[in-house]
Amino acid sequence: MNWLLLLEQILNGFQLGLLLFLLAAGLTLVFGIMDMVNLAHGSLYMMGAYFCATFTGWTGSFLLGALLTLPAVFLLGIIVEVVALRTLYARDHLDQVMATFGLILFFNEATRLIWGPIGLVIPLPDFLNQTVEIIPGAPYPAFRLAIIIVGFLIAGLLYLIVSRTKLGMLIRAGASNREMIGALGINIRLLFTLVFGLGAALAGLAGLMAGPILSVEIGMGEGILILTLVVIVIGGIGSIKGAFIAAILIGLIDTVGRSFLPEILDLILPSQTAATAAPAISSMMIYLLMALVLAIKPQGLFPPKGVGR
Amino acid sequence: MKKKFISLISAAAMMAVPAMANAADPVKIGFVTTLTTGAGAIGKDMREAVDLAVIHLGGKMAGRDIDVIYEDDGFKPEIGKQKTDKLVKKDNVDFIAGYIWSHVLMASYKSAVDSGTFLISSNAGPSALAGKLCHENFFSTSWQNDQTPMAMGEVLNQRGVKRLYIMAPNYAAGKNMVTGVERTFKGEIVGKDMTKFPAQLDFSAELAKVRAAKPDALFVFYPGKHGAQFMAQYAQADLATSVPLYTTFTIDSISLPRIGEQAEGSLMTMFWSPDLDTPANKRFVGDFIAKYGHYPSHYAAQSYDSIMLINSAVEKVKGDLSNKDAVRAALKAAEFESVRGKLKFGNNNIPIQNFYLRQVVKDDKGQYTTKIVSTVYEDHQDTYAKECKMK
Repeated sequence: MNWLLLLEQILNGFQLGLLLFLLAAGLTLVFGIMDMVNLAHGSLYMMGAYFCATFTGWTGSFLLGALLTLPAVFLLGIIVEVVALRTLYARDHLDQVMATFGLILFFNEATRLIWGPIGLVIPLPDFLNQTVEIIPGAPYPAFRLAIIIVGFLIAGLLYLIVSRTKLGMLIRAGASNREMIGALGINIRLLFTLVFGLGAALAGLAGLMAGPILSVEIGMGEGILILTLVVIVIGGIGSIKGAFIAAILIGLIDTVGRSFLPEILDLILPSQTAATAAPAISSMMIYLLMALVLAIKPQGLFPPKGVGR
Repeated sequence: MKKKFISLISAAAMMAVPAMANAADPVKIGFVTTLTTGAGAIGKDMREAVDLAVIHLGGKMAGRDIDVIYEDDGFKPEIGKQKTDKLVKKDNVDFIAGYIWSHVLMASYKSAVDSGTFLISSNAGPSALAGKLCHENFFSTSWQNDQTPMAMGEVLNQRGVKRLYIMAPNYAAGKNMVTGVERTFKGEIVGKDMTKFPAQLDFSAELAKVRAAKPDALFVFYPGKHGAQFMAQYAQADLATSVPLYTTFTIDSISLPRIGEQAEGSLMTMFWSPDLDTPANKRFVGDFIAKYGHYPSHYAAQSYDSIMLINSAVEKVKGDLSNKDAVRAALKAAEFESVRGKLKFGNNNIPIQNFYLRQVVKDDKGQYTTKIVSTVYEDHQDTYAKECKMK
């Protein structure tokens, strides 16, 4: 066993996990509080990447581009909520799936019209486009390290917002019992809009951070949306804490599994079989985990209080 | 009695219509490619090449108009098959060309060849269609998947690489590419990762393994958008100094405008390059750049040749496509100037052709392109030809 490699893969796992968390946090809140299935969350992630690429092109600085992107995606989220989604809250989930799937198509085609079919690049500043030796002997890409740091910072910030502020109290109350906080005279519409905008900004942040690693292109949000749905199902719908733990879990299992499964299988299977089976099994592992969690705790690992009784 | 006679005559007249209209009808060509999704950029390039070919032909083949029907496979085998069925059954096309992806072609080819429609692959070259499943109605203006990486294996031997790490996506073409390089590479393969396709876009785990394995070189095959992503991550991981990269079908003129800087100097093998010195290629590349403002990719070159191959056959039978055997023989003869020079088919209807080592360079206008460094194979035939029963 190569310990340096294992450590590096754990870092990679955290990086993927934290990226997933940024997406999952918004999605789980929208799902938990508004009872709204939003498949278009991946489109907001895509828009984050496209906005950042454009703003970076205009300003010539990735950091400035990123700073401009966040309010832009926040605004976009609010526009989407007010124009399209607000009328859907009372409808059943199937209608919401249809409508938000339509939004995915809309965003993909709009992107094709505006930016063209070939993707964009987000150029990184030199200090992010290098490697750092945080583990001696294993240089690690600085940008991936930055993702990990930003991910943890945002997770901490969200924790403070949700557990220490009035907005957070309302969010928690909304996730536990929607009707009751409406009955208590809280402006639930405004709360929904704010939460949706916040979720959109987080998705945009994930998108702009994923952009330089994975190239910026149409449909980039769809693959990762599936992983994000797995995360919120495992974590418990409506729970930020659940989303955080599940996202890290998925990130680690996916990355470490992909990396070491071939060697583990090699010990028990003939090497030809192992070589073909390993990619298949490693891509199934997170779904196996989800099935297991659903079998044991159908509400997810950390459902919000008041749910599931 | 009289009524019966009239209906008989009219029935006969109706049956005669197709034969009579034949010469005036356009030559119908179905073209299946990927026009949406992240791979849509490849389809766009191919379409531009087909349009250019039609312009070069003056819109006519043997005096008949050309009707190209584009279909989008959406990067999915099942959709590719549906679109192929539609072209064969509803549009009654004379030829079907296109197909970027081996798995899409594998799902679609039976619908086409069994109906007697001629199928010309403009890119995909899965081993099965070159070998056991070869078919008299299937032709290719590209290559068999294994050939290009086999040439790369030879290059690696020549350059003294002893320990090689391999990465490729886990689908039909990815497996062929790995088989190809393993067939000719003589050193030790210290690691191999087959990644999920097309879902996996983050190669951090694999690149970490590459670093730990300390190979002399890394060979990858990541077509389309995966190539651009791989190149960005390879650059960020700072592996370029310690582990040189050798690729097939990963860097092309579609991704070069985006990743040129990271890819400069990079080596790959290919049957063609924009600077290949043949009269047909000079005209094709020159007019392509003049019309679209960017270099054509190999996808475009192959698509252009597909249309030119069809044209050579239609011209040879003087526009009469009713005799399938004659059309087939005319396709097989391939009497036209291909962008790669003369195109010669093997017994399995896959070209026997040269393979070159190309390198990413800047042209005199500062645009990134590739130039030929050396010839690796001359008149190379794929390994599966002997498994094909056709003569």
